[in-house]
Amino acid sequence: MKKIYYDVEKCLGCKSCEVYCAVGKSESKQLFRAVFEEARAYPCVDVKQVGKNSFPIACRHCQDHPCVDACIAGALCFDAKAGIVQHNKDKCVGCWLCIMVCPYGAIRQNSKLKIPVRCDLCQDEQAPRCVEACPTGAIIFVEEEEVSKLKEKKKGKK
Amino acid sequence: MSKIEQKSIDLASQEMLKKAQAEGLNTCWDRVDSMQPQCGFGQLGVCCTVCNMGPCRIDPFGEGPECGVCGATADTIAARNLARKIAVGGSAHSDHGRDVANTLLMTAKHGGQDKAKGSHSHDYDITDENKLKKVAQEIGLEIKGKDKFELAKEVGELMLGEFGKQKGELLFINRAPKKRQEIWRKLGIVPRGIDREVVELLHTTTMGVDNEYRNLMLTGMRCALADGWGGSMIATDLQDILLGKPVPIRSKVNLGVLKEDEVNVVVHGHEPVLSEMAVKASRDPELLKLAKEKGANGINLAGICCTANEVLMRQGVPVAGNFLQQELAIITGAVEVMMVDVQCIMPALEQLASCFHTKLITTSPKARFPGVKHIQFTEEKAYAVSKQIIREAIDNYPNRIKEKVNIPKQTMDLVAGFTKEVVFQILGGTYRASYRPLNEGIISGRLRGVAGVVGCNNPKQTHDLFHVELVKELMKKDVLVLQTGCSAIACAKAGFLVPEAAKQYAGRGLQEICDAVGIPPVLHLGSCVDNSRILTAACEIIKEGGLGEDLSDIPAAGAAPEWMSEKAITIGFYFVASGVYTVFGADPFSVFGSKNLTEYLTNGIEKDVGGKFAFSDNPQEMAKLMIEHIDNKRKALNLKPAMYA
Repeated sequence: MKKIYYDVEKCLGCKSCEVYCAVGKSESKQLFRAVFEEARAYPCVDVKQVGKNSFPIACRHCQDHPCVDACIAGALCFDAKAGIVQHNKDKCVGCWLCIMVCPYGAIRQNSKLKIPVRCDLCQDEQAPRCVEACPTGAIIFVEEEEVSKLKEKKKGKK
Repeated sequence: MSKIEQKSIDLASQEMLKKAQAEGLNTCWDRVDSMQPQCGFGQLGVCCTVCNMGPCRIDPFGEGPECGVCGATADTIAARNLARKIAVGGSAHSDHGRDVANTLLMTAKHGGQDKAKGSHSHDYDITDENKLKKVAQEIGLEIKGKDKFELAKEVGELMLGEFGKQKGELLFINRAPKKRQEIWRKLGIVPRGIDREVVELLHTTTMGVDNEYRNLMLTGMRCALADGWGGSMIATDLQDILLGKPVPIRSKVNLGVLKEDEVNVVVHGHEPVLSEMAVKASRDPELLKLAKEKGANGINLAGICCTANEVLMRQGVPVAGNFLQQELAIITGAVEVMMVDVQCIMPALEQLASCFHTKLITTSPKARFPGVKHIQFTEEKAYAVSKQIIREAIDNYPNRIKEKVNIPKQTMDLVAGFTKEVVFQILGGTYRASYRPLNEGIISGRLRGVAGVVGCNNPKQTHDLFHVELVKELMKKDVLVLQTGCSAIACAKAGFLVPEAAKQYAGRGLQEICDAVGIPPVLHLGSCVDNSRILTAACEIIKEGGLGEDLSDIPAAGAAPEWMSEKAITIGFYFVASGVYTVFGADPFSVFGSKNLTEYLTNGIEKDVGGKFAFSDNPQEMAKLMIEHIDNKRKALNLKPAMYA
């Protein structure tokens, strides 16, 4: 099962992931049209900074998923087969409990629609758009087993 | 965009792209692929790097920052970024004009001295005395009792003075219809001096100066007008005086003009002052003999980009291709020397040339490439420098690797060199030179109107496709198309620039006009600085009468379907500021991150200057927008609808 990982050392904080994530969530899925859409598209990924390091944050689709447990409306569920937390907009009541319990601060508010903005790993695309958009390769989409190999490789280089 | 057919519609280019792919040669099409997706903030114009509190970015979505550290909004940031591009584009054309003025002055000086001594020491001459006299009279000089060198000196000095002028109005502003001049004066955007408008515009965009997008755009238009009615117009007119006024001339276009058995020299860039001399040198008996000795059957000069247009229309030199074919020309493996001066020269040429025997030679002190041979051009030693470059090419001919040579077969005939003056004569005849037939054509509805289709190529969209599809549609709808730059080359390759094209592509009305006067349905007016010829032709149309009192009244529209350069932005602005509806293809200006500025450019600006912008990523839609506009202008003039609509 592929997951998103971040190479914090490579992130330059350009926010390209944010822009192309939002474009993917827009009606037209085209940058020049998306900015004029009435219902503003929100990015699910948010670039944060700690000290000198910047890094993107989006839903980790945790195995242990406090947001699903906390959801009072039953709008969130964990799809074990796909390995992602799914959100049902119709059931959602906008209580923001998921936002409060998320240990990563990876969920944001769409205050207009009163629903949480959360990553779905771009189910409509082959790979998440943020991965494609990252100009430095700081966002990686790989199988879980691959990550440890990548880490080893990186250590070796150092 | 991985399929070669999606990269270019031009068969010669496709063949070279296949070769590039097979041999692992990197071109701009590969680089544009590896650049995807391109920075969204940059594309929307909401990234500001003006001061060191930044860089700042406005969040176009989400709920991120709505203004920069200084407080600049998306409107201010996008407008300042665009204004800077206008200043750069205007600088390019105007600096070109300045160099021509300097050459004219030098020629006048040498010419005068030679005349006194009875010798001949200069490479240039005052080739078109008639035009010199006309321009001199226009700018208020007494022509009686002065020889051509004296007069050229006075004209040259006055023109050079336009660049550093601080007060008053540029001299060529007088060429515009009175009503247009009043519109500019009322808005306070009449350019005073060419350099001043560039500097002032740059000043207004620095941290903490102009924050109002409309005012920034007005200052921008003033700067753009100083290009269109200043720098570019001076470049065009003085080039005509110095090198000769173009007249319709037949030639050939596309990579197939390169020759298997001759020394191929490609001239690429913009300024004709050097390339004209290169043409002369390529016909020098001494050099031709040397070429023979090296086993070549001759010296073949071919052009790329606007240099190509310049030497094409004055000397009939064949055109190897437009902007996106500069790399492909080298990939033929048959180019001995590519000599370049300024503007639109890809830095990638150096690497690519190193894969072949091709020598890249820079000539302008303004444009050097790391590791590339530089033979500095000076006007004083123009012919000697040109001969030296051609000799380099001849010496390099034996190094050509036969197995690496693949010259595509494609060539196309074309007729180029239609200027404001020539159109005059063709339409009315030598003795009754007049725009009457053109105006009558539009008034009667045989012609729907006139369109200027100009500008670059851009690998972000299929090479040549937008130019060709748009112009095809305009011809079909009886619109006479005026072209310059790489757009003209694209349509030449498609076969639109020959009189016979009218039968195949033009609507019935346009066909009748073309048949009657023997012109192609698409007229080649020259290089990018020659966009000023479109302005002056439009002034002639107004002067002739019957189509309104201002440039914005004419049933006309402009387009830059595949633009990429900052120069295209400036050209767009001087057309819009002159009252022309102008449609840009490819990606829009980087302003869509600001709703107010986008709305101003595509709508509000019309109330100020009578012209406005439109952006479209579809050539059919571009044609539709232009035709709708032309029809609306016809209605406003109470003209009958197009005859064969």
